[in-house]
Amino acid sequence: MKKILFIEDESTLQKTISEILTQEGYEVISALDGELGLKLAKTKNPDLILLDLVLPKLHGFEVLKELKEDEKTKNIPVIILTNLEGMQDVEKAIKMGAKTYLVKSNYSLEEVTDKIKNALK
Amino acid sequence: MGSILLAYAIGTKYIEDPYMVSLVIIVITLVLLVLAYVITRSFDRLAEANRMKSEFVSIVSHQLRSPLSNLKWTLDLLLSERVDLDDKKELEYLKILEENTQRMGNLISDLLTVSRIEQGRFTPRKESISLNELINKIIEEAKVFSKAVNAEIIFKSGENLPKIFGDPSQIKMVITNLLDNAVRYTRNRGKIDIGLSQKGKNLYFEIKDNGVGIPQEDSKYIFQKFFRSQNVLKEQTNGSGLGLYIAKSIIDKAGGKIGFKSQQGSGSTFWFSLPLK
Repeated sequence: MKKILFIEDESTLQKTISEILTQEGYEVISALDGELGLKLAKTKNPDLILLDLVLPKLHGFEVLKELKEDEKTKNIPVIILTNLEGMQDVEKAIKMGAKTYLVKSNYSLEEVTDKIKNALK
Repeated sequence: MGSILLAYAIGTKYIEDPYMVSLVIIVITLVLLVLAYVITRSFDRLAEANRMKSEFVSIVSHQLRSPLSNLKWTLDLLLSERVDLDDKKELEYLKILEENTQRMGNLISDLLTVSRIEQGRFTPRKESISLNELINKIIEEAKVFSKAVNAEIIFKSGENLPKIFGDPSQIKMVITNLLDNAVRYTRNRGKIDIGLSQKGKNLYFEIKDNGVGIPQEDSKYIFQKFFRSQNVLKEQTNGSGLGLYIAKSIIDKAGGKIGFKSQQGSGSTFWFSLPLK
């Protein structure tokens, strides 16, 4: 079973993504802040990380930086899932090694789910 | 430089005394320097206003998008043919829709209030208000929220306090904001003490919590629009950063004073005083 770590402080988004992905046969691990997300990324060996940027305790860019600096986590694909849509943020995330950058409110739940599944193929 | 040379040329043509020429040049140079300073400052202010406007748009759009994404994904889930939801789960998601609609509505109300304040259209009504009754009503309304986070609210009021003249809905907004912050930023088992007393010709309101407190370096920004303290951001990213700005604007307009004292990690006490007449 493929494991997805979702680092997101909005519990509603956590619930909805988990609901659909769990029913489609994936395991979803939730982290409601950046610090916990980073810890779980290092201990749970996820196959994919969904990362929000505006996060409590540790900003998403800090999480991404640490993930990419750590031998253990640097090869895990990271999808940025945020509501910030400045070009600077997109460029920064891609430069730092994120696989894709998605603005949450621009995509339906099913579209996001399909992008996650494609990234795991 | 060109202007100084021109002043020198004109000065030497009409004035013979070299001391007077030097004096004229010094005066003109000083005037030019002052002018350059004023123009640069105006440009800086324009740039700052422009930067703040862009920042405002960016913060507002991010704040509105959060509940919007929640609404969108919850609706998607409820309508999806790929997911099976039993009645209990459906009801749970319908409640989430209701909460997020409320959250979005609150944010829009706050933004409209700020806009009215800034355009000078937030004129208070003048009515006789019993703050005591108003506070009890607000505490009653906050019960569901405070119970959910295990916060205890204790209200102590002085006896036979006089009424004040003010706008009940605006004063309610202030107290609700202060109480909401106190409940929101206390960790589990929060203890909130509210006091109301008469101090000279003013009514004095105080709300004390044992929450996360405010770091010293953030103190001067606490009533600024959209400002959110770093330690609050670490705990919880929801919140518009408009509540205290609105509270201060209302109290200032009513001729009162508002302030706080706080220690990071051990809580905050916010207070305001309103004149009796």
